[in-house]
Amino acid sequence: MVSTHDPQRPDPDALLLQIKKQEESQRRGKLKIFFGASAGVGKTYAMLEDARKRAMDGVRVLVGYAEPHIRPETEALLLGMDILAYKIIEYNGTTLKEFDLDAAIEKAPELILVDELAHTNAPGMRHTKRWQDVAELLAAGIDVYTTLNVQHLESVNDIVERATGVKVKETLPDSVFQSADEVQLVDLPPEKLIERLEEGKIYAPDRAAAALRHFFSMGNLLALRELALRRTADRINQDIDTLRQGHAAAKASAVSERIMVCVGPSPFSANLVRTAARMAAAWKAPWIAVYVEVQTSSGLSEAARQRVTRTLNLAEQLGGEVVTLAGVSADVEIIAYAQRRHVARIIVGKPAVRGWRRWLHRSFVDRLIQRSGDINLELIREDADRTSTAPLRSETERWDLRGLTWAFAIAGFNTALGIILCHVLGLSNINVIMFYLLGVIWISARYSRFVGTMTAVVSVALFDFTVVPPYYSFAVSDTQYLLTFAAMMATGIYISMLATRLRRQELLARSRQQHVEMLLKSSRELIVCSDHKTLLKVSVEHVAEFFASPAGVILLGPAGRPVVAHASPDLVLDDKELGVADWVIRHGEKAGAGTSTLPSARAIYLPLKGVRSTLGALCLIPATSAQLTYPEQMRTVESFAAQMAMAFERIMLSEESQRAWEQTEREVLRNTLLSAVSHDLRTPLAAITGAATSLLQAGDVLTAEIREYLLHTIAQESMRMERLIGKLLDMTRLEAGETRVARELFDVGEVIVSAVDRWRQNDQHRAFKLDIADSLPQVSGDPLLIEQVLSNLIENAMEHAPSESPIEIQAMTRGSMVLIRVMDRGPGLPPHDTQRIFEKFFRGGANASRSAGLGLGLAICRAIMQLHQGSISARNRDGGGAEFQVLLPTLTG
Amino acid sequence: MANAAAVILVVEDDPPIGRFLRAALDANGYRVLEAATCAKAMMLFNQMAPDAVILDLGMPDCDGMEVVRHIRRLAGTPILIVSARGHERGKIEALDAGADDYLTKPFGIGELLARLRVALRRPIRMDEPSEGMVTVGDITVKPDSREVTVAGRQVHLTPHEYRLLMVLLRHAGKVLTHKQLLKEVWGVGYGFETHYVRIYMNQLRKKIEPAPSQPRYIYTEIGVGYRFNAED
Repeated sequence: MVSTHDPQRPDPDALLLQIKKQEESQRRGKLKIFFGASAGVGKTYAMLEDARKRAMDGVRVLVGYAEPHIRPETEALLLGMDILAYKIIEYNGTTLKEFDLDAAIEKAPELILVDELAHTNAPGMRHTKRWQDVAELLAAGIDVYTTLNVQHLESVNDIVERATGVKVKETLPDSVFQSADEVQLVDLPPEKLIERLEEGKIYAPDRAAAALRHFFSMGNLLALRELALRRTADRINQDIDTLRQGHAAAKASAVSERIMVCVGPSPFSANLVRTAARMAAAWKAPWIAVYVEVQTSSGLSEAARQRVTRTLNLAEQLGGEVVTLAGVSADVEIIAYAQRRHVARIIVGKPAVRGWRRWLHRSFVDRLIQRSGDINLELIREDADRTSTAPLRSETERWDLRGLTWAFAIAGFNTALGIILCHVLGLSNINVIMFYLLGVIWISARYSRFVGTMTAVVSVALFDFTVVPPYYSFAVSDTQYLLTFAAMMATGIYISMLATRLRRQELLARSRQQHVEMLLKSSRELIVCSDHKTLLKVSVEHVAEFFASPAGVILLGPAGRPVVAHASPDLVLDDKELGVADWVIRHGEKAGAGTSTLPSARAIYLPLKGVRSTLGALCLIPATSAQLTYPEQMRTVESFAAQMAMAFERIMLSEESQRAWEQTEREVLRNTLLSAVSHDLRTPLAAITGAATSLLQAGDVLTAEIREYLLHTIAQESMRMERLIGKLLDMTRLEAGETRVARELFDVGEVIVSAVDRWRQNDQHRAFKLDIADSLPQVSGDPLLIEQVLSNLIENAMEHAPSESPIEIQAMTRGSMVLIRVMDRGPGLPPHDTQRIFEKFFRGGANASRSAGLGLGLAICRAIMQLHQGSISARNRDGGGAEFQVLLPTLTG
Repeated sequence: MANAAAVILVVEDDPPIGRFLRAALDANGYRVLEAATCAKAMMLFNQMAPDAVILDLGMPDCDGMEVVRHIRRLAGTPILIVSARGHERGKIEALDAGADDYLTKPFGIGELLARLRVALRRPIRMDEPSEGMVTVGDITVKPDSREVTVAGRQVHLTPHEYRLLMVLLRHAGKVLTHKQLLKEVWGVGYGFETHYVRIYMNQLRKKIEPAPSQPRYIYTEIGVGYRFNAED
């Protein structure tokens, strides 16, 4: 690959990444690893010494965990230091002392010492590995000092095993080692180490002898020391590179060639992955571990499947990208994917197939080589003696009794048919061959390849025995038949192979289709959810149905406590389980059954990760403990969780914007209200004040006529103000939901008459034309509120219509409703605002500024009608004027 | 004015309103007693036996209802309730307890004086219907024969309509709540079937009102009840 930019100029992306990393590490604690070739080199001692120095500088240091069987000179260093109590765990009758993570975080020291980074925690602790505890400490902003021996590094695990013959079980992902802020090598020449061991300074004397024999041989120690030195050197190189990239010389190989490693169910795959990781580290190349599902996983034995999962997990831990492909043949898929991702180098295991099969059967590697084109292939020798002989295919496929029974039955039937055809009807035995082949196809299409092959073999044997002369003997008189047998056998076996492959593809396609269908269906269903209650319900039902197990969604409640937001009825979670959910939400990583964090939980918890934060956790109790170890199942749950989180976030964002919109709407309303109140209430007040003060000051001078006029003004304007305030109060009450509708039966006619009466007294000259239908049904509701509606409508009409024009009011039955029409001959409604007139503070008409209202009257009407499940609408009348229609439900409605 | 020296007890805690009531009542030839607390109101009532009471329901030291009940225990003195807007419940409760009429703040003085006049006249009418014939405007009722004529035209009333009309006449000018009418016309067992009242009132209006859409006799007090208007 060719880098196009100037090698002297730093890559801006790389710089950005570096800054980002720096920023992140400002918030995170710093990790320092005291690294050694083996136990006894003095790592803990060096760590404690360093920590004491820091403590003297005023740093708050806490000894989180130091190995219990500590050596005397080391113990002296612990004197006077703040030491955290162990967490005591009872397990299978033994008492284990473990690091107490929660207590440590609670104490919140600036620096904490945790010995033995590669340690595996006792069952029942939050994390399975101590380095996960350390990661949490770092995330909490606490600096950590820890110790590590080289043999625990995952990527050198196989080298250590080969060099020392000891398989180290406790391993640490290299990424943890890589990401450490500082690595300090604690070195001691092997001779000195052996000396110390013999002096009993490392282990008690009885154990020292055993240790010497097993592990601390000169050869081993030399090998380990070399490894440790090399790893430290690698890290130094890495540091220098980072520095250089920042300065100027970003190397062209920074965008280096991708490496791909092919993972299979063979136990050797783990070593392949380690090799790939080491190569990638050496070349600073990104790498991908690829597994191709050629048949459904159910075709693999349980052990093989778990091996694949373990190997892929290992690759992930070592910093590789993990990809699972599915397809008809592994070589095609691998090469296609490699080309797509611009992979330069593929690492494959060299198969240990020997003898004649090598010739008969072109291996996967052969096919890969043929297809690889310009991609380099790296063949790594498989360790023949260590390749597990564990069967890769399920046992059930081999000894399928039902299949075999059918195979023999079909072969028997064909034989009987052959006997009839040849011996009774005297036909040529060639015809019988066709029937046998038909039988093989039929069997192969339904049962395993083994059964298919067996059918072919048995068929040939029976054919020979019954219809090939000499009859009823396996002997063959005509050697020509041998050729027939061979052809028949080959055809049978080949057909059975083809049929089996077809069936596998079908199964594979079906399983993938299920996966895709589930995701498709769920995405369709999730997309139509418009509020998060439905979303929760839909997604929980979906997951529960697909996995046939109880599921639920957990969100953080008001007090920051996890709360089950929605769950299948059969999902019961105790406090301990909710604690796991809490952890998942806070850390944004999956945990629980089938994972490496809190694996003792009954359910698995997946984070619902949004762009900004983790929104909640999806919880699923697997039907069987093995269910979620299938990679494709886990993948489905994970894809679903991702989908759900997206839908969740979408809804949350839309709800948020809705709230923001309502907020601005409220602001606008408040401003309108303020200006309305200040203007409209002040106008009558000004008139009153004016009139009253004139009377007070010049009452004697004014003529009786003017005095009367002023007094009238005061009275009228006061009443106007009273109406305004009344409306403001009404609107406020209606909006606050304080107005309760008194549900009683009342007569619409009475209410109309009463409302008209109110206004008739105010304006003696106005004509009202009432037309109230006989026998109107009684209406249920609050008569006072309905009278208010009518009164507002009449007031509105009186304001707008010329005083000589009549106001018409009609009431009639309209279906199950009562319709009231209030009509005037005023200027009518503004043409485009027939709906807006019902909005608050909207004032229509030319004489808007002089109108007595605040623009609240009609808004109040609408609010009251909504309370009554009725409606109000307005339109312009033929011949001019406005018409308001009020529809009130009756009891029969 | 026939009873020029009628004594009115004004129970009101707001000084400006109290002052304006006193001025208006004085000017119209009434004698005014003022009480700013319930306790004083009850004391004054006991001592002075006023002819009518104007009572603000929202008193500071007690619920105005107590004053209504106190007065009704002692006498049938007309009581005019003054209430703030939006206190419909209290108003109806007071009317049920025996108050005669109500006014909602703010009110014009003309309105108050008109109501007061009606209230003061009413008790006289209370004992009268025995005299053989009752005449209000165009309506004449002969209680003995249960004959009702409107503007000389005889109308047929069902027993319930008749009883309803008689109750209204007997309490002319007074606001009668739906509940009170139910009890008076249908009996004590009724209390919630207020729609009966509305249905019969509707029928009655059609028979006696010259124009039901613009009532002359029977006024509706929305959400409260009815009042029979005997004035012209």
